[in-house]
Amino acid sequence: MTEPSIVADSIVRHFGEVKALDGVSLTVEAGTIYGLLGPNGAGKTTLIRVLTTLLKPDSGTGLVAGIDVVADPHGARESLGLAGQTAAVDEFLTGRENLEMVGNLYHLPSREAKSRADEVLERIHLTEAGSRPVSTYSGGMRRRLDLAASLVGRPQVLFLDEPTTGLDPRSRLEMWSLINELVDEGTTVMLTTQYLEEADRLADLIGVIDHGQLITEGTASDLKAKLGGDIIDVAVSVDDRDRTEPILSSISGTRAPWDESTFSFTIPAPQGAATLTEVVRKLDQAGVVPNDLALHRPSLDDVFLSLTGHATDGDTPETEQPAQSGRRRRGSK
Amino acid sequence: MTMRTRSISRDVTHQVRDTIVMVKRNLLRIVRLPQLLFFSSVQPIIFLLLFTYVFGGAITRGTDIAYIDFLLPGVLVQTAVFGSTQTAIGLTEDLAAGVIDRFRSLPMARSAVLTGRTTADLIRNVVVTIIMLAVGSIIGFRIGGTALEALLGVAVALLFGFSLSWAMAALGLWVKNAETAQTASFVLIFPLVFASSIFVPTASMPSWLQGFAANQPVSVIASTVRALMGGLPVGSLVLQSALWIAAILAVFFPLGVRIYRRAVGS
Repeated sequence: MTEPSIVADSIVRHFGEVKALDGVSLTVEAGTIYGLLGPNGAGKTTLIRVLTTLLKPDSGTGLVAGIDVVADPHGARESLGLAGQTAAVDEFLTGRENLEMVGNLYHLPSREAKSRADEVLERIHLTEAGSRPVSTYSGGMRRRLDLAASLVGRPQVLFLDEPTTGLDPRSRLEMWSLINELVDEGTTVMLTTQYLEEADRLADLIGVIDHGQLITEGTASDLKAKLGGDIIDVAVSVDDRDRTEPILSSISGTRAPWDESTFSFTIPAPQGAATLTEVVRKLDQAGVVPNDLALHRPSLDDVFLSLTGHATDGDTPETEQPAQSGRRRRGSK
Repeated sequence: MTMRTRSISRDVTHQVRDTIVMVKRNLLRIVRLPQLLFFSSVQPIIFLLLFTYVFGGAITRGTDIAYIDFLLPGVLVQTAVFGSTQTAIGLTEDLAAGVIDRFRSLPMARSAVLTGRTTADLIRNVVVTIIMLAVGSIIGFRIGGTALEALLGVAVALLFGFSLSWAMAALGLWVKNAETAQTASFVLIFPLVFASSIFVPTASMPSWLQGFAANQPVSVIASTVRALMGGLPVGSLVLQSALWIAAILAVFFPLGVRIYRRAVGS
């Protein structure tokens, strides 16, 4: 077995009274994608900042490609690449100039920095736009260039902080296939996301993080299996709500929860379609006509809700995490 | 021992290379934003013209040199002082854009972000100074001593601006916001520039102000540059200027680096 690419060992980091990371430990095997999933302020970005040497932990250690990020940050930087939440590229430079600059800062000989810039531009399909100033780029192109900048040094381990936040669906798909290609070539990727679909599509292993703690870890199907198989959503009008509840509760054996936002009940369906048939028959006998009826595998949203007791707040992405504003306000040592 | 020496010399080479890369990046910004260079040159030219033609006649002087010869060296110093605020603004913009995080995740010399910025601002200041000298010579400015003395005078003004760039870097990284940095730097700079010997001899000011105005660094530098460019007696002025520049660098170079480390959270 090769050694793991990323190891976090009991990492703790406070910002004033806020515990941004409360003892996070995890291991990422070489050549895999690890998805850190959590709402705003959960500690995802703080963990990335610690592992990429931008922030010192209060306690605990991190290893990237076997190098201790606290003891030898300079050495760790040789092996890692980072693309942050904002596209950290220079507006007034061209795409190529941006990449050449990064190559020079990796101390590549200047001819190699040039050829490496061309190579990376081609890889992200920006060869044409490479000689234009970045100020003329679309949001998706900037993100790709930012990712490209993190590839110049041929990092073994790539950290992507919300790589697709704010991108349109097409740019998102492009970014996903780019990430998959990199991993196929042997790069290890840790990415953060608030999009459950993204973690589901990309990650080999998903870590769910909330309030600075890793609350669970597993493959997408592991996490879904934790909910115990399929579930049934029954949407009814408010008038039918009180008549429907006891019927569903008797089927599931526990009180069926009502979701105010979707006007529906959700119950587990251990027998799958057979449970659905029973629901249909009993509702019919009671004369209740549901507005909608669905049998499905639980989504990661359901997993998140059941693990944390709150939803993911995925519809209101904020770039500013509480942990970060804490950093700005208080500074740090 | 040899290993150690070799690694130190490699560090120094990297530091120099990284600084050059950062200087190039910052200069490209100036080249690509020609309006910025244009307006940062126009501003001192307007000061030069206003003071020469509007206030010049009314300002009575204790010296018998022409007012333009009195004024231009002062305006060179003023340009260097105002120009240093660009250092603060540039750094806060980089911080906000996340560019500094990218730099910090690279195996580059940390200090290069700051030295690259202050050096690029120095080079920009050289360009603006040359434009000022050209405009000045058109409206009648003449050097009074040797070319070498005049050159030394220009160098004093530029080095003073460079040292203030470090102070402004520290300020910018401390306040972390471009608008605050601009406002704060002008609060500090305006009294220094106007309660000085840049535009008028300090003897014309009320006595309570004269003590400050005659001895504060901007006046010392302005008097030095004026004496060197005008071929006037220099006395200990060059030494005093050198001490001010050295003192400002000695305080703000390490302070800037420290605040930079803190600003970026490591």
